[in-house]
Amino acid sequence: MNRTARPYLINLLLLLAAFILSIAAGPVFIPPGTIVRILINGLPGIGSAADWPQNYTAIVHQIRLPHTFLILLTGAALGGSGAAYQGVFRNPLADPYLIGVASGAGLGAVAAMAVRWPNGLLGLYTIPVAAFLGALITVALVYSLARVGRTLPTTTLILAGVAVSAFATSLTSFLMLRSNYELRRAIGWLLGGSILSGWEPVLAVLPYILIGLGLLLSSGHALNVLQFGEEQATQLGIPAERVKVLILLAASLTTAAAVAFSGVIGFIGLIVPHLARMIWGHDYRSVIPLSIIGGAAALLLADLAARTALAPQIVPVGIVTALVGAPFFLWVLRRAKNQVYW
Amino acid sequence: MLEIKSLFVNYGSRQALNDISLEVNAGELLVVIGPNGAGKSTLVRAVSGALPLAHGSVHVNGLDLSRLSPAQRARQIAVVPQARNLPAAVTVYQSVLMGRTPYLGWLGHTGQHDHHSAHAALERTSCLELVERPVGELSGGEQQRVLLARALAQETPVLLLDEPTTHLDLQHQSSLLNLVRQLVVQQQLAVLMVLHDLNLASIYADLIALLVDGKLKALGRPAQVLTEANLTQVYHVPVHIIPHPEYGSPLVLPDGRKAAGL
Repeated sequence: MNRTARPYLINLLLLLAAFILSIAAGPVFIPPGTIVRILINGLPGIGSAADWPQNYTAIVHQIRLPHTFLILLTGAALGGSGAAYQGVFRNPLADPYLIGVASGAGLGAVAAMAVRWPNGLLGLYTIPVAAFLGALITVALVYSLARVGRTLPTTTLILAGVAVSAFATSLTSFLMLRSNYELRRAIGWLLGGSILSGWEPVLAVLPYILIGLGLLLSSGHALNVLQFGEEQATQLGIPAERVKVLILLAASLTTAAAVAFSGVIGFIGLIVPHLARMIWGHDYRSVIPLSIIGGAAALLLADLAARTALAPQIVPVGIVTALVGAPFFLWVLRRAKNQVYW
Repeated sequence: MLEIKSLFVNYGSRQALNDISLEVNAGELLVVIGPNGAGKSTLVRAVSGALPLAHGSVHVNGLDLSRLSPAQRARQIAVVPQARNLPAAVTVYQSVLMGRTPYLGWLGHTGQHDHHSAHAALERTSCLELVERPVGELSGGEQQRVLLARALAQETPVLLLDEPTTHLDLQHQSSLLNLVRQLVVQQQLAVLMVLHDLNLASIYADLIALLVDGKLKALGRPAQVLTEANLTQVYHVPVHIIPHPEYGSPLVLPDGRKAAGL
């Protein structure tokens, strides 16, 4: 097998398995074979006689499939933006959650909901914009707080991220306590459990994530050169300052869109790019796409665990990712301490 | 080839470079010397376009670098920085191939010619056996050679080196400087190199520029710049100048001990 194709093939197979499992699992288990036939049957022109219970089609098309797509997009967004943050900051612990960007985006989204955001579709489609503003303010704040001279040490990055994140989270809680019952439902959402169902949130999140991830996918080479520092990148012909801003904008847009509909989910953006680099090397032209595919697969599996572990009760997926992610974070921290990582 | 005209650079309110004018022709090696904090590295950074100029201009082959994009500039001037904080996990081959960046599109697709250039640069710097190794694992001397290879892959007429021999032992110092000297002569590059070691500067340089407090104190052939008067005044240490037994170039022997009464 082609050496460069193998990591993609493995990741895509993993994603496909997670995708099918995610649709299969739930109050009613639908066998994977049936799912495949229902999906094929949904395509125009190809139809066969349905030999499965009638309500399966509705469950798949109206409940499981949109939910699975939303989780898939969210995971892809978190994986891709995590890889980009780590590349730009040249720090293996930069994660949209740990550096506070996710909490900032959450604050933006909740603030928008609190000020009587236009109801209906227009409101739904523009909540990511408010989340994006929150994310941008946070990333600028954390970056300027954490910067020491021309470097961004891990300790100050994480400390600034924790502080800013705590501040944003308390503002968010304050907003929710002061407002009506509707907004209190957002607490569950903020813990990483989508409060929305159906296809609307998927369509609302899609354009932002496609644009953001598209930009990130194209910046692999620039990120590679940036690993030598901004000055050398400039001397090698990359307009470093502008490129950095562009990548941070794209990563924050992607994060914000994910947060706006799926809540604050931590550690996917840390674990997945880290494993991708460890297993398949440090070339960002492959780290970014592999983190996107891997992030989607990882979040689908986490969501699967969240939905099935204590069924019929649903655990917010953010709790599952944190349970797995926090120990992983400590492990990375130890490794980073014991060896010069970058 | 490389023309630096009345260059001023400020760090905040401090003047880091004050009215520096230098010229380096093709096939010429200019070595910049001076005490710590004189502005030697600042000069390299400013000429390469990594620092904004407060005043003055840098031209290569008549092209005003301030009017060029970073990519266009990187086709005229390549820099060999000090080997510090290199990304640990990037391989030597990847690093040298990045020298081709100014010729690549945004996505960084490399063609056969780019791999050819990288290979030639690796061969030139005797780095071919290192290609698969991560740069972070290399010794200081090897890292410096890799950075030189990356600069050569840029295929520029002008090369800037910032203290390439600082952490190298005697053997690696002279092999690196011999290589630079060969590049100057054989490929007719215009090279501006910062060196700390006055005797190496004397042996290898065509021209020496002595920088003090951001100003150009002296410029000329080694024998014209490396004089007892100049160096004593600049380094605040009495020195003897004796001729090199082989080449007759001036050698600098510091004599601080007598002055301190020890």
